[in-house]
Amino acid sequence: MLILECPCCGVMADETELAPGGEAHLKRYGPGSSDEDFEGYLFHRANPKGVHFERWRHANGCGKWFLAARCTNTLEVFATYSAQTPEPPQHVIDAIRAKRPDWSIEA
Amino acid sequence: MSDVSALIGAVAEGRTRVEEAGLAGMITLRGDLSSSKLVAAVTGLAGVEMPGQREIKAGDDKAIAWMSRDELLIMVPHEEADGAVATLSAALAGEHATVANVSDARALFRVEGPHAREVLAKLVPVDLHPESFRAGEMRRTRMAQVPAAIWQSGEDQFSVICFRSVAQYVFDLLALSAKDGSEVGYF
Repeated sequence: MLILECPCCGVMADETELAPGGEAHLKRYGPGSSDEDFEGYLFHRANPKGVHFERWRHANGCGKWFLAARCTNTLEVFATYSAQTPEPPQHVIDAIRAKRPDWSIEA
Repeated sequence: MSDVSALIGAVAEGRTRVEEAGLAGMITLRGDLSSSKLVAAVTGLAGVEMPGQREIKAGDDKAIAWMSRDELLIMVPHEEADGAVATLSAALAGEHATVANVSDARALFRVEGPHAREVLAKLVPVDLHPESFRAGEMRRTRMAQVPAAIWQSGEDQFSVICFRSVAQYVFDLLALSAKDGSEVGYF
């Protein structure tokens, strides 16, 4: 069972209280972009085994979106943070490095 | 506004009593909760303090609950709801805020008895231990299959708000969970 702390209301929310929103920090390509960029935005996901940044919504709670950094392999949660964040903030990266010294953000 | 509540005061008797609490006035307010104009309007209307994160402040017949960082639920007597919406709308003129009377969209239940805490603990993914979940906290969560909001409204009494469309479902859930002989005695 995945338990994430909602950064908006502070609840330790059980997975069944949440709705998943897929990979976080995607760059949106809309009208005027190349076909390759648009295809990548729509379909191509990192799907890593390991550290992953995800969007979640506290659907049966405060209703707000937030982001989570967790390990898809061990279900370990490194941090949850505001959805209004264009890239992983330093404290989240530090929390991941503390547990996964070899990890780099490009991986 | 509807002149009957969702289940017209249905009751499930037992050592833990489940009751549909009848008509209740509920107003949803969305806006900037740090705005002093908004705080003054809401607290002036309800006569209680402004709740902090996940808090509910209840007075004799009115209450304010924190629902999310930009949403409050204001509970007033049913017959005062329309007037309260008009008062708030006038007080918030020019603010980036919306006020809506949602009384007809909701149902309110009371669960009362020595095992009331346990009745809810069987249904929601929330740590309801008395040291974790205390009076004064408003917890929005999922009750079996549907969204619900719960708070402790008395020593042995908990209140539950759900959408009116699922009122019968929630009543049946609570009644089954409260059935005599099903006590676990965990808390």
